[in-house]
Amino acid sequence: MPQLLLELFSEEIPARMQANAARDLERLAREKLAAEGLLPEALKTFAGPRRLTLVAEGLPAAQKDRHEELKGPKVGAPPQALEGFLRKTGLTQDQLIERDGVYFAHLHKPGRPTAEIVAEMVEAIVRSFPWPKSMVSGVSKLRWVRPLRRILCVFDGQVVPFVIDGIPSGDLAEGHRFMSDGQPFLVKDFESYAHGLAHRYVVLDADERKQRIVETAKTLCFARNLELVEDAGLLDEVAGLVEWPVPVLGDMDPVFLDLPPEVIRTSMRVHQRYFAVRDPATGRLAPHFLTVANIEARDGGVTIAKGNAKVLSARLSDARFFYEEDRKVRLEDRLEKLKGVTFHAKLGSMHDRVERITALASQLAPVVGADEAKAVQAARLAKADLVSGVVGEFPELQGIMGGYYADAEGLDGEVVEAIRSHYRPQGPADAAPTGKVAATVALADKLDTLTSFFGIGEKPTGSRDPFALRRAALGIIRIVLEGRIRLPLKRFVSDEVLEFFADRLAVLLRDQGKRHDLVAAVFALGDDDLVRIVARVDALSDFLKTEDGTNLLAGYKRAVNILKAEEKKGALPVGEPAQMEGAPAEELALVAAVDTVAGKLDSLIGAEDFAGAMAELAKLRGPVDAFFDKVLVNSDNPAERDNRLRLLAKVRDAMGRVADFSQVTG
Amino acid sequence: MPDEPLTFQGLILKLHDYWSRQGCMILQPYDVEVGAGTLSPMTVIRTLGPKPWKVAYVQPSRRPADGRYGENPNRLHQHHQYQVILKPNPPNLQELYLGSLEAIGIDPLLHDIRFVEDDWENPTVGAWGLGWEVWCDGMEITQYTYFQQVGGLDVFPVAGELTYGLERLSLYLQNKESVYDLQFNEEFKYGDVYLANEEQFSAFEQEVADVETCKRQFEDMEREVRRIVASKGRQGQALVLPAYDHVLKASHLFNIMDARGAIAVAERQSYIGRIRDLCKLCAEAWVQSQGAND
Repeated sequence: MPQLLLELFSEEIPARMQANAARDLERLAREKLAAEGLLPEALKTFAGPRRLTLVAEGLPAAQKDRHEELKGPKVGAPPQALEGFLRKTGLTQDQLIERDGVYFAHLHKPGRPTAEIVAEMVEAIVRSFPWPKSMVSGVSKLRWVRPLRRILCVFDGQVVPFVIDGIPSGDLAEGHRFMSDGQPFLVKDFESYAHGLAHRYVVLDADERKQRIVETAKTLCFARNLELVEDAGLLDEVAGLVEWPVPVLGDMDPVFLDLPPEVIRTSMRVHQRYFAVRDPATGRLAPHFLTVANIEARDGGVTIAKGNAKVLSARLSDARFFYEEDRKVRLEDRLEKLKGVTFHAKLGSMHDRVERITALASQLAPVVGADEAKAVQAARLAKADLVSGVVGEFPELQGIMGGYYADAEGLDGEVVEAIRSHYRPQGPADAAPTGKVAATVALADKLDTLTSFFGIGEKPTGSRDPFALRRAALGIIRIVLEGRIRLPLKRFVSDEVLEFFADRLAVLLRDQGKRHDLVAAVFALGDDDLVRIVARVDALSDFLKTEDGTNLLAGYKRAVNILKAEEKKGALPVGEPAQMEGAPAEELALVAAVDTVAGKLDSLIGAEDFAGAMAELAKLRGPVDAFFDKVLVNSDNPAERDNRLRLLAKVRDAMGRVADFSQVTG
Repeated sequence: MPDEPLTFQGLILKLHDYWSRQGCMILQPYDVEVGAGTLSPMTVIRTLGPKPWKVAYVQPSRRPADGRYGENPNRLHQHHQYQVILKPNPPNLQELYLGSLEAIGIDPLLHDIRFVEDDWENPTVGAWGLGWEVWCDGMEITQYTYFQQVGGLDVFPVAGELTYGLERLSLYLQNKESVYDLQFNEEFKYGDVYLANEEQFSAFEQEVADVETCKRQFEDMEREVRRIVASKGRQGQALVLPAYDHVLKASHLFNIMDARGAIAVAERQSYIGRIRDLCKLCAEAWVQSQGAND
């Protein structure tokens, strides 16, 4: 079956956009082909610095003919209705079919050649491609990520003819910008395309480029007894910068090794897109770097290695200058400068923020069990590195540099650690700070973020969360849970923010495989202690997995439904249920059971023995089942009825102290 | 690379020769202080409107805050940019650009040339474009941009802009560490010409310049731009070009105040906004005088 090959050849596509572009091309093509009833056996896309490629195998040469029956007006309907139907279908009245007093039109649509559909599809895709940013060039109004130079479109060995804004489709492709002979080559199908590119120094597949980079880089390192510091994000980016990846190992002036390794690595990665290299014996950075060139240089890469080394030296000299200058100024003396840094137009300066965080740290320290003076000092200094030279150059080193400077000043180790790690955890893969002072400052930092932005109405909506409030809430949750910190959240946040925490916690627990209705059931109790909430959720979750649990839940729901129904008729009786004389044994048994259980619940809950509390509730299951089995709540005798309602209310309330079972589904 | 590396002026001459052969007019540097070659009216103003434009020029670019008293090997209060504008950008602009690298002795089979994403914008003149920084062995040697907007107005036909950092490129070609050691020609060094400037202007711009005077002059310029652009020439046209000169003067005054540390962070945006507004005024008047911008 025929094959379709499409290549959109352009000037250099930003590396960070390539993977998404390949996915978008695949998605759009699948949608359009499916809409036309053209299903390929396989479809694959590729992205590289200068091209987006699609190959679809096993497409039919043409659409199948399509038969369609359209229902028209009733026979005898007003003539306008019939006329309209005839216009719509393009038929005459004698071509219509009458069935059960209704006109039907039988339409026969001959299938169109696939090539014709492909031509429309490519134009539609090119004109609506979802680039994050696009541009026009020259005198053309066609938008593309960078100028679109050539479109190769071959179906079943033939060019699919079309022209998009002056760019005609064709069957020519180009190889590497510098290493090929510069002459476009003729393409018949995907095989000749891939083969032609490989011979012209282009690796089409990004995964293959990555694999080559890693393999060659590791070999180069191994030969010199070095170890590559792997970096998946950097690898993705570098693989999008080169068509013919050639790793080159260069030397770094060892005098720079006295800089903090984070500074060296960040300078290499951010400014130069180099991989760092370490000494396998010590695990420390080695005075080398690995860059990935786009050519096999005539001199084997000597010039490239030397040139890059020189650039790196200049970069690290700058970094060293900043680092040394930074250490001349105490963090304390930088605070004044924070007044000039706007945190947010409505939330004042960074200095204002520091004051808020410091106040929070002071209140949080006793809760966390941290040394208050140290927590306050660390909070005051935590943001001072924002106005340092190195952080100005590398914003991602915020906190880390503050830690170095604090250490150089000889500040207390816990304070240093707190300054260094107060932004953490910065994502699911990042560890939460564990030291007590560090946890205090990290909590203060995030609590301020949350309360401040909620305070000015900047809440996350849908996928929009510009101030990373979800991350802040999740960070707090992780610090609190991992450190088992008994933080009464209500003391620090509004009800609205508390609700936000409930949502975040539900998401976190759901990701851990827990039922989110259970989180709601526990949150409904109004508790604000995350550690206790999670303990309750865990106990509840375990309980509901037992037979006693599910049955008791059913009994609970039945009791609540009865109470609700009765409540509609009039106020429920209040007070304790009594051991009424002559009452059925099942009633007496339940009264006794709920009495015993309720008596024990308080102390168990007080001791946070939620598993114990659940075990107590489990003891109600038998009596509750037996009660519903044998006893009619709605007795004709009002005294009996009232007592039984009191009894059910007591069961409900006792259970309600452990969780709001009405929020539990199923 | 040739055996004898190009001198600083040799580099300029090669680029002049090359771009002149591509049909560019070789213009002289603009005679009002600018922070970058882009800000010259030969770029900012002339890329607007429907008419074609092809120029290349060297532009001394003043950045008062970057002055280091001649003590830093590559930070300068004034450096030189080589600026090329082709409007509309020809479809083979990348190839033309690579030709210019070969012309100055950079062999793309020996050096690793890369086009790395860089979206250029200059908020002071309300301009942005998409393109790359061009890397040679890991060093940025050129800013390559397809102008999309200037003064908040669409640039159409699109103008291609190439900005080479001459000192940086020259350091690379001559394999020197300090700009002051660059051979300007066979006899003189870069330092022979510019070291005195760096020493004196750094002191002036960072210590001596009178902030109150700058502030007053800034406000004068601001008023003048509005007055001049509203005036008409003999043929009835708005006096855009003189007005724009005054925008440049305002911008330079702002840069000096900034270098003096006299601009609070909060004020900064407001100053930039004021300059942008003036720029927009000129851009609009220019486009109007040129006929429809498509």
